[in-house]
Amino acid sequence: MSGTLCIDGIAVPFSDGQTIIEAARTAGVYIPYLCHRPGYAPYGSCKLCTVKVNGRTNTACTLPAADGQTVISNSPDLQHDRQRITQMLFVEGNHFCPSCEKSGNCQLQAVAYHQNMLDNHYPHFYAQREMDASHPDILIDHDRCIFCNLCVRASKEKDGKDVFGIAGRGIHKRLVINSPSGKLKDSEISVDDEAAHVCPTGAILVKRSAYLAPIGERIYDGHPISEVACEKAVIKAGEASGYPSCDPTKLAESAQQNGGPDSHYAATMPPAPDIKHGR
Amino acid sequence: MNSFIRSVLAEADYKPERLLQMLRAVQAQYLHIPNAAIEQLAAALHIPRTQIIAVAEFYSFLHLTPQGRYDIHISDSITDRMLGKEKLLNYLAEKLRVNVGEVRADGLVSLNNTSCTGMCDQGPAGLVNGYALTRLDPARIDVIAKLIEQQAPLSDWPPEFFAVEEPVRKPGLLLNQPFENGAAIRATFARGLTETLAEVDSSNLRGRGGAGFKTALKWRTCAQQTATPHYVICNADEGEPGTFKDRMLLDLYADQVFEGMTLCAAIIGSDQGLLYLRAEYLFLYEQLQRVLKRRRDSGLLGRNILGHDGFDFDIEIRMGAGAYICGEASAQIESLEGKPGIPRVKPPNSVICGYQRKPTVVDNVETFFAATHIAVQGGSWFAEVGTAQSTGSKLLSISGDCARPGIYEYPFGTSIEEILQDCGADDVMGVQVGGPSGTFISNRELQRRIAFEDLSTAGSFMVFNNSRNIFDIVQNFTDFFAHESCGFCTPCRVGTTLLKNQLRKIVEGNGAAVDLEELNEICLVVKNNSHCGLGDSAANPILSTLASYPELYLKQLKQSSFTPGFDLDATLAVARRMAQRDDDAAHLSQVEN
Ligand code: SF4
Ligand code: SF4
Ligand code: FES
Repeated sequence: MSGTLCIDGIAVPFSDGQTIIEAARTAGVYIPYLCHRPGYAPYGSCKLCTVKVNGRTNTACTLPAADGQTVISNSPDLQHDRQRITQMLFVEGNHFCPSCEKSGNCQLQAVAYHQNMLDNHYPHFYAQREMDASHPDILIDHDRCIFCNLCVRASKEKDGKDVFGIAGRGIHKRLVINSPSGKLKDSEISVDDEAAHVCPTGAILVKRSAYLAPIGERIYDGHPISEVACEKAVIKAGEASGYPSCDPTKLAESAQQNGGPDSHYAATMPPAPDIKHGR
Repeated sequence: MNSFIRSVLAEADYKPERLLQMLRAVQAQYLHIPNAAIEQLAAALHIPRTQIIAVAEFYSFLHLTPQGRYDIHISDSITDRMLGKEKLLNYLAEKLRVNVGEVRADGLVSLNNTSCTGMCDQGPAGLVNGYALTRLDPARIDVIAKLIEQQAPLSDWPPEFFAVEEPVRKPGLLLNQPFENGAAIRATFARGLTETLAEVDSSNLRGRGGAGFKTALKWRTCAQQTATPHYVICNADEGEPGTFKDRMLLDLYADQVFEGMTLCAAIIGSDQGLLYLRAEYLFLYEQLQRVLKRRRDSGLLGRNILGHDGFDFDIEIRMGAGAYICGEASAQIESLEGKPGIPRVKPPNSVICGYQRKPTVVDNVETFFAATHIAVQGGSWFAEVGTAQSTGSKLLSISGDCARPGIYEYPFGTSIEEILQDCGADDVMGVQVGGPSGTFISNRELQRRIAFEDLSTAGSFMVFNNSRNIFDIVQNFTDFFAHESCGFCTPCRVGTTLLKNQLRKIVEGNGAAVDLEELNEICLVVKNNSHCGLGDSAANPILSTLASYPELYLKQLKQSSFTPGFDLDATLAVARRMAQRDDDAAHLSQVEN
């Protein structure tokens, strides 16, 4: 199935199997994300990509795109919450950007810039996490892990190895390594694995590569993440875009004739029973 | 150890989805999950060790480090606190010479808090090696301490320590209705499966787990799925603090709950059912197994049930291991698959893609129980009771400040006032309807009603009188959510802890006006962005009391525009110690403005 959805007043086409975030990204509309990565199974944990779809809150990285959806991404409320969620990630771990090897190449940092984050806002947790430098080629600084699960998915789905896992509950989450000693050096990881390169923060780093690209010449030094992330030039809502702007009412009407917005899963599914913790 | 683990594996038929059962057995034997066991299980089950570590760290009753041979948990539910739990816990700690949260040096005993154990009507309550202890008092604690020092096996402890009563104070539509085992299955086949589903439909029965999704629609959707097999799951993970009506149903009406699952199986075309029993109800396990056996022996489970050719269905009981989030249907399914209980991404819903990625109906104990009567009596019999949107009756578990705590059954639409009268509550300050994730009703709103249209509830009903401090209640609930957050998503994982700390700052008198604003803002970020119902409701206790008692919050604030969140002088203690001085000049006074 393919069709058109409407994001902040811009008509965005999508093709079969795309989620909202991917439809947006390929069309050049940036919705911030951290636990998502093109080509990876959706996960939906960081909640940065939270948008309103036909009035309901949802994550753009997990929700299939459907004809006629009206998506709001850049409302002041959503932008505010996104900034706060990013700040939560910063206070949960220990992120010393000025001394971090990943600075300028770090998605977390770039997303924070995109959101005009000027401080951490919340009191720090001062987490005590250990560094794992045991592996000859790869380093893990647990201080910077945001539990996006990308290394877990990379190792399992791309490398076929299952090197990583996330254990613990609630605020006690931690990244664990699948080896008898729990150390990276005794795991099956190799520096050529996707898992060694996928981390959106400076948590997993390849040794001896830190300053190959000097500061000032790094990915996000020259281009904001909104551009880097998208395949096409960035469109800000309201700007001329090459895509027609959309009239949400009209779009919804035409979609209604095709079975309604959300028809793609609504047809087979009763309205989400979302069984609350109630028992 | 090798051979013990092999026997555990064999018992679980080498099925990785039974990982929790295996780890429970290992924990019971070695008082923790030893590394060697992790290695052996991972190899035998072909799962990564990280999955086993993740599971062991996710569930409250599993541990990677040894616990005491007597492992005691005391319920930290607000009603237990109101019954003097704090003092008792300290007394117990003193008697056993162990700190809360620690294991005694000789390894004999460990002592911890735990979330609600489902005994709020007979607290203060606790668990010893998983078995429920009720009505704790200093005298019992004296005996318990002695028994532990003598290393007496639990079987030698006085049975009354473990006695769980089921005080059904007011039976109604369902509890008053006689029932004969097999009657619902017979009625279902006599009428026809489609026709019975139509009766469930016309009864307008909605799920009793709190969200109130229409049962017939769920069953029909599942029945229509072409993928096979289909599964029936009975959600007996009653973890909402203040509910215990499922405990009573499983204790006194287990046959009927299983029969409800069986008729659902007939309708949706399932041959396997699972009962997910919360760890805290271990005392029911053996007895439920006996009921299952009896039902198999009398042809109510197994092959060709009651002579219906090709109708095969059986039920397996799986125990949880201490995680409130596993009451959420998709988290429960993850748990049943041997993983941490993390709610899945939706869509797709469990009805389409549930247990083992197959169509699955997950319903609450009370829903299955109600369905049996509907199958026998018909839909209109049920629909005549209650209100338009909420038909039938609701079981309530009443605890807190009232003369007669226990289980009550009311037609939907009954007012809070009437319920309070029945249970003997006076001088009421407020009522928590639906547990911490529900709604706090102040005494100015007692005319409100139990119904999906007004106050929806899974059954928890906690009464507070005017002697109670509202902040004790809100803090207990907020701490509960921070403790039980699964940690999958950022706003809930980090936000619930921020909420807990921010609330503490204000309650302890260190908050300024901006801190109250901040508290409110964190509430909204957590509520609006979380992945599942837990995060969605974690801020409810603060939000609803902020709305009901703004003046109380205001009174807690410092009358200044800036207050540091820490004690400046105290942070200098280390420096003073290192410099070996403690004169006046080495102290800072707090900044005043
Ligand atoms: S190490 Fe990096 S990729 Fe892995 S979970 Fe943490 S932040 Fe994500
Ligand atoms: S809202 Fe809380 S409990 Fe639910 S998925 Fe997110 S972290 Fe887990
Ligand atoms: S990118 Fe969607 S939740 Fe993380």
